[in-house]
Amino acid sequence: MRRTPREEALSARLVTRRTVFLGGVQLAVAGTLVWRMRDMQLNQADQFRLLAEENRINIRLIPPTRGLIQDRNGIVIAGNEQNYRIVMVREDAGDVDLVLERLQTLIALSDDDIERAHRDVMRNRPFVPVTIAERLEWEAIARVAANAPALPGITPEVGLSRHYPMVEDFAHSVGYVGPVTERDLEALEAPDPVLQIPRFQIGKIGVERRMEDRLRGTAGSRRIEVNAVGRVMRELDRIDGTPGSNVTLTLDARLQNFVQARLAGESAAGVVMDVQNGDLLAIASAPGFDPNLFVRGISVPDYRELLEDPYRPLVDKTVQGMYPPGSTFKMVVALAALAAGETSASERVFCPGHMDISGHRFHCWRRGGHGRMNMVSALSESCDVYFYEMALRIGIERINEMSARLGLGIRYDLPMSGIAAGLNPTREWKQARRNEAWLVGDTVNASIGQGFVLSTPLQLAVMTARLATNRAVLPRLVRDAGEDDAAARQARALDLNPEWLALIKRGMSECTNHARGTAYSTRIVDANYRHAGKTGTSQVFSITRAEREAGIRRQEDLPWNRRNHALFVAFAPEDAPRIAVSVIVEHGGGGSSAAAPIGRDIVLAALHGDMPPLSAYPASQRNRIETQMGELSSRLRPLASGGSDRA
Amino acid sequence: MTYLEYNVKRTPAGLAKVMHLNWPLVVLVIAVAGVGLVMLFSVAGGSMRPWAEPQARRFALGMVLMFAIAFTPLWFWRSIAAVAYALSVLLLLGVEFFGTIGMGARRWLELGPVRLQPSELAKITLVMALAAYYDWLDLKRTSHPLWVLIALVIIVVPTLLVLRQPDLGTGLLLGAGGTIVMFAAGVSWIYFAVAVAAAGGTVALVLASRGTEWQILRDYQYRRIDAFIDPSLDPLGAGYHISQAKIAMGSGGWSGRGFMQGTQSRLNFLPEKHTDFIFTTLAEEFGFVGAVSLLALYLLIIAFCIVTILRASSRFGALLATGVTVSFFLYFAVNMAMVMGLLPVVGVPLPLVSFGGSAMVVLLISFGLLQSVHVHRPRTPA
Repeated sequence: MRRTPREEALSARLVTRRTVFLGGVQLAVAGTLVWRMRDMQLNQADQFRLLAEENRINIRLIPPTRGLIQDRNGIVIAGNEQNYRIVMVREDAGDVDLVLERLQTLIALSDDDIERAHRDVMRNRPFVPVTIAERLEWEAIARVAANAPALPGITPEVGLSRHYPMVEDFAHSVGYVGPVTERDLEALEAPDPVLQIPRFQIGKIGVERRMEDRLRGTAGSRRIEVNAVGRVMRELDRIDGTPGSNVTLTLDARLQNFVQARLAGESAAGVVMDVQNGDLLAIASAPGFDPNLFVRGISVPDYRELLEDPYRPLVDKTVQGMYPPGSTFKMVVALAALAAGETSASERVFCPGHMDISGHRFHCWRRGGHGRMNMVSALSESCDVYFYEMALRIGIERINEMSARLGLGIRYDLPMSGIAAGLNPTREWKQARRNEAWLVGDTVNASIGQGFVLSTPLQLAVMTARLATNRAVLPRLVRDAGEDDAAARQARALDLNPEWLALIKRGMSECTNHARGTAYSTRIVDANYRHAGKTGTSQVFSITRAEREAGIRRQEDLPWNRRNHALFVAFAPEDAPRIAVSVIVEHGGGGSSAAAPIGRDIVLAALHGDMPPLSAYPASQRNRIETQMGELSSRLRPLASGGSDRA
Repeated sequence: MTYLEYNVKRTPAGLAKVMHLNWPLVVLVIAVAGVGLVMLFSVAGGSMRPWAEPQARRFALGMVLMFAIAFTPLWFWRSIAAVAYALSVLLLLGVEFFGTIGMGARRWLELGPVRLQPSELAKITLVMALAAYYDWLDLKRTSHPLWVLIALVIIVVPTLLVLRQPDLGTGLLLGAGGTIVMFAAGVSWIYFAVAVAAAGGTVALVLASRGTEWQILRDYQYRRIDAFIDPSLDPLGAGYHISQAKIAMGSGGWSGRGFMQGTQSRLNFLPEKHTDFIFTTLAEEFGFVGAVSLLALYLLIIAFCIVTILRASSRFGALLATGVTVSFFLYFAVNMAMVMGLLPVVGVPLPLVSFGGSAMVVLLISFGLLQSVHVHRPRTPA
């Protein structure tokens, strides 16, 4: 529209005015923007920089190398093995199915494995490495590496995994590791973040569990840059962790192997202890199991088999198994009677084969009776009536007192799992547990290690060591670094009258070396190795009246789980004791027949340091023993002497 | 300094027009587009592909169009304003019924080989139509309710059509740009005071309608509002974009993390790093210095646009230049405020910098119109 110059001027003035106003508004808005930039980029820059770094940087832990567990000579009991595995990165693989198919022709993979691998690969982001197979042989890895061009996206990797070269020998004492579970984490107050690493291994039982802190070490870390979807772009830096400390045990792998092999086939336990310093030289429970199965994650059928085995291979019978000590308890009663002044070396007690106490007849194991017995012959021939008499004189309290003094009924602090305390039964205990009054018959039963008395094989070994040395020997499983002065380790004195002890030791010596002794058939004829011991046979079920009337059945006629436990304890050499041994064969029948032969072989192996020498056995037995040992040595593990071959 | 001469003796003709272009503005536009290309090169990880190269080609095309439009007489643009406006409304209606759906919105029209985004075109034609309308209208009637209502209809029709697509960002800016042209044309203050009050009421209404049957905005739009008010509410969902954008901005600090060293954009934490959020990449890599420098370049562009507005001798020219200037300002101001968390994320690109062909070309066309106003500033003798 045409306008007059006046109108034009008016319009121009108006536009100019409003444009200037708008310009001012725009400047104000720009000012606000600058103020905001200043606020974010200058005032809060540090916080935002931190957030950006948190975005971009992830910390990945590097698992530490677990410390080794070695025997007293440095032989590796628990080591770390190279674990070769195959991983696949989907985005590098291209055709996943084709690559898996090719892989199947090179390494042993079942169709199920392939299916699982395919699922895992597809479920993860394309750049995430997925483990296809692990614990492969070196040859399989070499085959895969040689065919690398045909296998895009496949890389062989190597990690470390726990390995137990001694298989079942240390399954109970050393235990095993396994993948961390929720329960493991809940049990810890402040779990180490390293435990969150997938498939990280933690000690489950035994030394592996109890000394976890020393063995584990501390994790290293690497800082890596990741992008928004978590892909690793590069490693920024790396802090190496510290490997776990090695643990040296007092055990002797060679002896342990011998004991384990000697016990094989029985449900049994054997303990060998250095009487001077308490070092456990062997602590074996049979049957064993392969701890390596647990490291890999044991299969359900394998685990069920172990659980359902009547010989209970998963139980460590040396420290967890509590047994009536039977006649091996008689040394305690004898010493208690001497200490109480209720008897003397020369006193004789007549054994007619039984004793009637408050209307109940207590039998001696020998129906016809032993005749007149003194303390030495009562121990040697294991006369029950003699000890019934002693028990009646001194009562349960004084028996318990001596029992505790000799190391029974005490829970020892060893790095093993489920250590039992055993039981020295008291009046109060019976009242509290059974709500029954203590009867004199209970004392009588206790005098021959029956009734309520319970001991572990470890405790019986400690008792024997204390009898041999008159010192309060304490068992020890781990050697502390830098300290192995035997004198410094010597236990405090037990302060028993040496004359009493000499009497007890003579009783034990005659038990193994006197023609009338219960263990005479398993004597050692080599004077350097001669041992002094005591057999024990403890009833699991009392013989019923009906059975008695039908004539006492022989042990062999009873079902296995109703047979008596067989026990044997000994120290050797008898003149200058070095070792104490205890053996228990569950439902073995009799101490002299089932436990004493094992005990003798162990004593000889421990003292000789190798297979027992044939010359130590009585000449008449050598042929039989030779065959037996030949068979046994074929089952022994060849051991590299000292040093470690695995790292 | 021919471009600043106030009353040139006669309208430049032929090649002489070149001397009368608003040259500082041309240089500034090239400078900002250059910054954009550098940033697109950076966010691609140091590569001309896939963004910088096509962007450069479209910029070249846009520049050619800009010059062509600048040298076309202003009366031509005034005479086609009404037709252009009607055509763009028709195209928007076409989108409504025949448009192509992409990313949850119906924005494009397939015309043979050409893929047209009519909402971009409407930015220019609305401004042209309003300028022509107020040029035609008797000055005395400017604030008359009936004539104000007609202007409002001119604005509201394309705005509503764009909002329905839905394209919240473009729609709101279209409405705001048109309203500011009305303001510049001299419509009475009272209307604007009422409008501001009404806008406040509308916001209240929009918020109140949430979750009811007559809910006005889409759910995702409400979630954006929530995330805007409190980004920490949902750091991995709706608030993720803005949280990451703020981290990128803030971590730039004074001088930035260095060219192509921005971890937020390089590691893909930043969303839409080559389009709406490109400013955060710049702020991360070049810091406060870089961000303020770009803002300064934009303000210089505005300043030289205002020179054109003030020197324009015709009412049509002045209002057209105002519309172009205001639209441009709204775009970069809203985009920056959005990525800095001052405004909700509504999907507005950073003009001349963000990757996007049609926006770039349309922007340069509008600068062409402004240049035409500048070149043809003296009134031709009656």
